[in-house]
Amino acid sequence: MKIDLVVALAGNANVGKSSIFNQLTGLGQIVGNWPGKTVEIAEGVLLHHGKHIKIIDLPGIYSLSTYSQEEIVSREYIALKHPDVVVNVVDATALERNLFFTLQLLEMGTPLVIALNLVDAAKKKGITIDEERLQQLLGAPVVPTIATKGIGVHEIIDAAIRQADRQSQLNKNVIRYGPEIEKRIEKLDRVLEGIDIGYPPRWTAIKLLEGDSEIVSKVGEKHPDVIVAANILAAEISEIHKEPCSNVIASERYAVAARIVKEIQISQEPKKPSMSERLDSLSMHNVWGYVLMFTIMLSILMFMSLFGGWLSETLRNLFESVNPHIAGLWPDLAWNGGVVGLYATLAVAIGFILPFYLILGVLEDSGYLPKIAYLMDRPCHTIGLHGKACIPLLLGFGCNVPACVGCRIMETKRDRLITVFLSTMVPCSARTVVILGLVGAYVGVQWAIALYVVDFMLIFIIGRILNRLLPGVSVGIIMEMPPYRLPSGKVVLKQAWNRFKPFLLTALPLIILGSIVVEAMRITNVLSLISTALSPVTVIWLGLPAFTGFLFIFGVIRKEAALVLLTTAAGTADIRAVMSPVQMVVFALVIMIYVPCIATIAALIRETGWKNAALISFSEIGLAVLLGGVTFRLLSLFM
Amino acid sequence: MPKEHIEEYLEAIYDVAGRDGVAKTTEIAEHLHNAPASVTEVFQRMKQKGLVRYESHKGASLTAKGFKTAMKMKRKHRLLEVFLDKMLHLPSEKIHDQACKMEHTLTDETETALCKTLKGPVECPHGSPIPPCNLDVTNCQECLAEQTLALEKREKDIISITSLKPGQKGKIAFIQGGKGVIQRLCDLGLTNKTSISILRSAPLNGPVEICVRGCKIVIGRDIANKIFVHTEG
Repeated sequence: MKIDLVVALAGNANVGKSSIFNQLTGLGQIVGNWPGKTVEIAEGVLLHHGKHIKIIDLPGIYSLSTYSQEEIVSREYIALKHPDVVVNVVDATALERNLFFTLQLLEMGTPLVIALNLVDAAKKKGITIDEERLQQLLGAPVVPTIATKGIGVHEIIDAAIRQADRQSQLNKNVIRYGPEIEKRIEKLDRVLEGIDIGYPPRWTAIKLLEGDSEIVSKVGEKHPDVIVAANILAAEISEIHKEPCSNVIASERYAVAARIVKEIQISQEPKKPSMSERLDSLSMHNVWGYVLMFTIMLSILMFMSLFGGWLSETLRNLFESVNPHIAGLWPDLAWNGGVVGLYATLAVAIGFILPFYLILGVLEDSGYLPKIAYLMDRPCHTIGLHGKACIPLLLGFGCNVPACVGCRIMETKRDRLITVFLSTMVPCSARTVVILGLVGAYVGVQWAIALYVVDFMLIFIIGRILNRLLPGVSVGIIMEMPPYRLPSGKVVLKQAWNRFKPFLLTALPLIILGSIVVEAMRITNVLSLISTALSPVTVIWLGLPAFTGFLFIFGVIRKEAALVLLTTAAGTADIRAVMSPVQMVVFALVIMIYVPCIATIAALIRETGWKNAALISFSEIGLAVLLGGVTFRLLSLFM
Repeated sequence: MPKEHIEEYLEAIYDVAGRDGVAKTTEIAEHLHNAPASVTEVFQRMKQKGLVRYESHKGASLTAKGFKTAMKMKRKHRLLEVFLDKMLHLPSEKIHDQACKMEHTLTDETETALCKTLKGPVECPHGSPIPPCNLDVTNCQECLAEQTLALEKREKDIISITSLKPGQKGKIAFIQGGKGVIQRLCDLGLTNKTSISILRSAPLNGPVEICVRGCKIVIGRDIANKIFVHTEG
């Protein structure tokens, strides 16, 4: 396919870039009301009036002097990949802060279209914006949009196509610094003559004065003398203003942004606090905030275990009732292996996994997740992290893979490594299936909750140990708090579906295949051979039935498979007949911690490297075996 | 003759003198571990400077001028002793000798500041009274009140945002911390002289939520402690 135009969506975090992207491409980028969702570049193609337009969704970025990993991704894309047009999505309710980034884009000379998003929310807040005047001041087309409703998104593309043809009228002069700074930029500009590192020279000069480490090392590689000159000039500016040069430049940019806002925006102070602010004073309250948070978490767990257990049981019975009871090798293989695997998987998926994704979608879209980061910041310090770490950890309850990738919102390598490790310990929906579907259903909800408590304690203890072992200290949280928003049913449903789809596409075939393999191995007695080989650990140390050995191996591929295949491997539908309550608890405990699933291991390798991935996996296996054996012996005393 | 030498003699006379105010040459010689002959010589010189009255067989007594200087030295010495004891926690046996050395170089300005910082002590660690100052104040309270007022004013002017009450506003004066953190805060709009208000803070030294340029931002306590503002209203 020939691509006619490449359009990149860029802007501050949580302004609606991914929403616009989804509207344009029809793809399912994860959206939600919290900063830092998008950590990777996403691409999609749109056919617009016969033109193939590639849309790029970039992670949120507050400034080109980047701070966290995902911001560097955005900056490098904008600066070095040279998209035909950058669509700067700005939040109309926080124009001043958003324009700070717009001004930097103008400074870079990127062909620009402004998508003035959230105009509905701004109107509600009593903010009116003169779009015409903004367009004049910036020299870039301004398109008002409401991304969640799809309003204005196609006009963005129209404007982008026009802008790609004629870029000259950009108002690059919108920022003029004080004469003392301009003089030095000019000086440095002359020094930079003939040096090309892929960025515009004026911009490079400004970045050098700001002491941007990326640009300094790029220029310094071949021209260390330029850095010396820049440092002297920067020191002179610092001397005049009595503060670091980079701060002086940021202050001046903000002064320009404030001046523009003053000229184009009329805002009426709201007389009474908004609904969101009133909700804040409850959900961020020093006492009620925590009460609310624990209530929400506990209700989710209770709901999942009661409703999910009931739903998956009902579905199972429904499927059971159509069991044709055919005999013979091939029908047996097909039915017991394939069909039973299919419905058992569907039962746990629809019972546990889908409901969780719906709840997570509501939490995300409403804007509650950042409040948890605020409330949990102090507790997180005891394990050497800050509050933002809670977000990937919470995502981990759905699936550990996006949790590991989401750890990129942590600013330092150390924080990232600790958070990644801990997020692989979070009981994901697959593990929830085993805990609730086995222990919750057959032993008791209190035992299921006890397993969660044990897991949280382990996360805490391991966090503390890692905090001791790894050098350095956490930098502390700096995070924007988005206002609450009524979750959109459509978005929540679509999001849940987008997360559920990969499960159906990858897990389901794998588990069905696994069921058939297990059934075949059971018939041919290979299963018992493997089980015997593993029995020193499974039978003698963990006190489990021999047939569980194989399940642990298969559980590495998909953890919920361990439960689905349990009935197949045991050769009976009634698990209570072959496993005691103690055995169920120990089995679920070991499945819960013994090793991240294969997809998570792949994510671990990508995020932390081979060595750390192996270290994390093996230490978790060791921990699970050790704890499983101890638990078996302890519980046997009184159960 | 060095100034400190004379000051030592003045103090010695003050310490040794009996009820009649006269210190015998032999007593001073013993007190300062000097030969009586050299003591006599010093007394002669001091007499010339109008610091003492001296009669060769009787001994020396302080004149008004000498007394004033001696009191000044005693005051400095004892204030220093309190300082070395209370603030620096030096062992008590070392305090006296150290104070003896320091007192001669202590300017009057430093002496006053020391007195204020120590909150106008009345006696030295050994229990001897500290002579009053010769400043134009009626009593110590007045002087100390002035001092606290100045301190408070200085502190009230620029405080950390974590000391602001919820709803209170301030204008950013300066931010301490690493380059990366300061840069990030600047990029989020916390540039100098920007007005910010604190919305709430989490318990047990948890993070604070601030409002800046119409945006709400949560900042960890350790970072927030280092953001200093001029208070408004």
